[in-house]
Amino acid sequence: MNPRPPAIRTKAETALADSFAHASASLPGGDAVRGLRTRAFDVFHERGLPNRRVEAWHYTDLRNFMREAYPIASGASVAPASGLRVIIHDGVCTLPSCALPVGLKLTAMRDALAGASDDLIHALFPDQGADDAMVAFNAAMARDGVLIEVAPGAQIDATIELSFTSSGDAPHGDISRSLVLVGEGARASIVESHAAPVKVQRNSALIFSIKAEASLSHVFETCADSPELHVSTLIAEVGQDASFSSLAFVSAGEVLRRQAFVRGSGERAKIALRGVSLLKGKQHADTTLVVEHAVPHGESRELFKTILDGEASGVFQGKVVVKPHAQKTDGGMKSQAILLSDDASMYNKPELEIFADDVVCGHGATVGQLDEDQIFYLMARGIPRVQAEGMIIEGFAREVLEFVEDETIRERLGAELSGWLARRAS
Amino acid sequence: MLTITDLHANIDGKEILKGLSLTVKPGEVAAIMGPNGSGKSTLSYVVAGRDGYEVTEGSIVLNGEDILAMDAHERAAKGIFLAFQYPLEIPGVTTMTFLKAAMNAQRKQRGEEELTTPDFIKRVRAAADKLGVSQEMLRRALNVGFSGGEKKRMEVLQMVLLEPKIAILDETDSGLDIDALRIVAEGVNALRSPDRSFLVITHYQRLLDYIVPDSVHVLSAGRIVKSGDKELAHELEKNGYRDYVADAA
Ligand SMILES: Nc1ncnc2c1ncn2[C@@H]1O[C@H](COP(=O)(O)OP(=O)(O)O)[C@@H](O)[C@H]1O
Ligand SMILES: [Mg+2]
Repeated sequence: MNPRPPAIRTKAETALADSFAHASASLPGGDAVRGLRTRAFDVFHERGLPNRRVEAWHYTDLRNFMREAYPIASGASVAPASGLRVIIHDGVCTLPSCALPVGLKLTAMRDALAGASDDLIHALFPDQGADDAMVAFNAAMARDGVLIEVAPGAQIDATIELSFTSSGDAPHGDISRSLVLVGEGARASIVESHAAPVKVQRNSALIFSIKAEASLSHVFETCADSPELHVSTLIAEVGQDASFSSLAFVSAGEVLRRQAFVRGSGERAKIALRGVSLLKGKQHADTTLVVEHAVPHGESRELFKTILDGEASGVFQGKVVVKPHAQKTDGGMKSQAILLSDDASMYNKPELEIFADDVVCGHGATVGQLDEDQIFYLMARGIPRVQAEGMIIEGFAREVLEFVEDETIRERLGAELSGWLARRAS
Repeated sequence: MLTITDLHANIDGKEILKGLSLTVKPGEVAAIMGPNGSGKSTLSYVVAGRDGYEVTEGSIVLNGEDILAMDAHERAAKGIFLAFQYPLEIPGVTTMTFLKAAMNAQRKQRGEEELTTPDFIKRVRAAADKLGVSQEMLRRALNVGFSGGEKKRMEVLQMVLLEPKIAILDETDSGLDIDALRIVAEGVNALRSPDRSFLVITHYQRLLDYIVPDSVHVLSAGRIVKSGDKELAHELEKNGYRDYVADAA
């Protein structure tokens, strides 16, 4: 009935397909990895760039946003950082030169892939999100990234920084795939930041495997000069009594798609996904989540706040799936947006797919303007309108930032928030 | 202190205040009583300078200065304080942050030095203790999750800290039990002084047993229809607003 449309048809799609054809023979990894890459490329080849006919990408049409695919950087290592910072420059990993905390092991993914065990390969190429065209393209093409291993029981107090940067020459694309393995009962925190001095199309994937009773907290933040186009994929599997929390702070970049595929695979797994997006001009930011509870007693919390000015557009699509056996799941999802301008827009689409009968799951989504009653209340105390608006917006966003455990990061994000508001007011 | 003359005000094209005149002298406590919907809150909003109201006729003069062209924050800095009938919740903004922003915003407009943090904290502590506002409440987001009584006490705390020239209390008694009412009234009475005036808006006479007014005015259908001394409040308590509602119709 439905004739399958020719998948690869745009100039950008052709360029991406060509880049795989050129690169595939030289990509790291043995036969097993090569096989996975070929299959992943087939997925991409069959689907092409995500477009509005793909439900999960309806509001972020990459065929449209990516008229041209920039050449993918070949990349080279850079000078190592002295602190606990891994640099992914043009998609290539440079490990830090400092001594690492006990229980932490870092390996460039290109090295880990040479002679990778089946377990590692399995963890690096999970089934979650695998049929998404951009995740598939990432799997096919990623040359490098970092492998972060936290030994069972290790408590890593220092935050591990993942700093994504790129060279400043010509527009280019970069691709990386990183894996974080957190052993039983271990604890660690990771912050990833994304800079790009020139026009960059970035496709980065970060995959987490969190074993029983382990805990991992993750922060994603944009930098002043963020990529022009960024598809950021987060995949996580959370074990029994383990906890995973991820918080995104987005204030820069032109087109950003953040997609998270998170699965609670052990009983009493705790998942928390949160975010603040401050968008203005023509910025477009899309947060798409698939949270899956596969076993009983799981808990998930999602809280996303978006502030939109100018002609910015925001998307929140959150799907919570509760599998038939996942009784006693406790899920709560909330997306709230404030529109500061008539030309800004927000699409909110929370969804629940519940196949178990004994669960507590709720969701709420709101889009609105600043509340005039609140503004008047502050003005009646002597606070000028612009400052009153700033306080209300700041309070709105701070409700999310309060969840950042690392005080240094919390304060930095708070300062960025204040700075964004100050620039708006001036 | 405050002179309102022949005030007409519309909201959404509907005239709510229809020729209201009222004078409050320095040090005077004037009570405004009236049935629901008579325009009491509207009067408080128009005096405080809320956007969205259109004043079509009349004037509001504070200490010789016409304030109608001023924004709400400017009027606040000039000494007008409105204790809200329904105080707003401001999520994510702690009460302390808000208090400091408000006090300093007013000082800045008046060309005064900003408060130092120790001075600010000292003032808040002293006022909070008197009103039974806990430190824990001050650390929470403004009014978020506060009970009705806590919100009203927070309004009085703000009034104490901002030291207004004229304070308008819009049904500050509603939703208060007798103990909370007494605390609030004590807070107000402690601020009474020859150069500070109050406009106490209430639906019931009860509050006026604690805050004894110098004058009582009946507001009905957007106008002051009768003025008198505190005996008028007792009369209203006995007979209700029937006579005045009928008058206005
Ligand atoms: N935004 C509005 N639009 C139209 N009518 C309003 C609005 N706000 C108040 N009113 C009307 O104005 C009248 C006076 O209201 P209000 O001042 O709140 O009375 P009170 O405080 O005395 O109970 C009421 O009839 C009310 O319905
Ligand atoms: Mg009222």
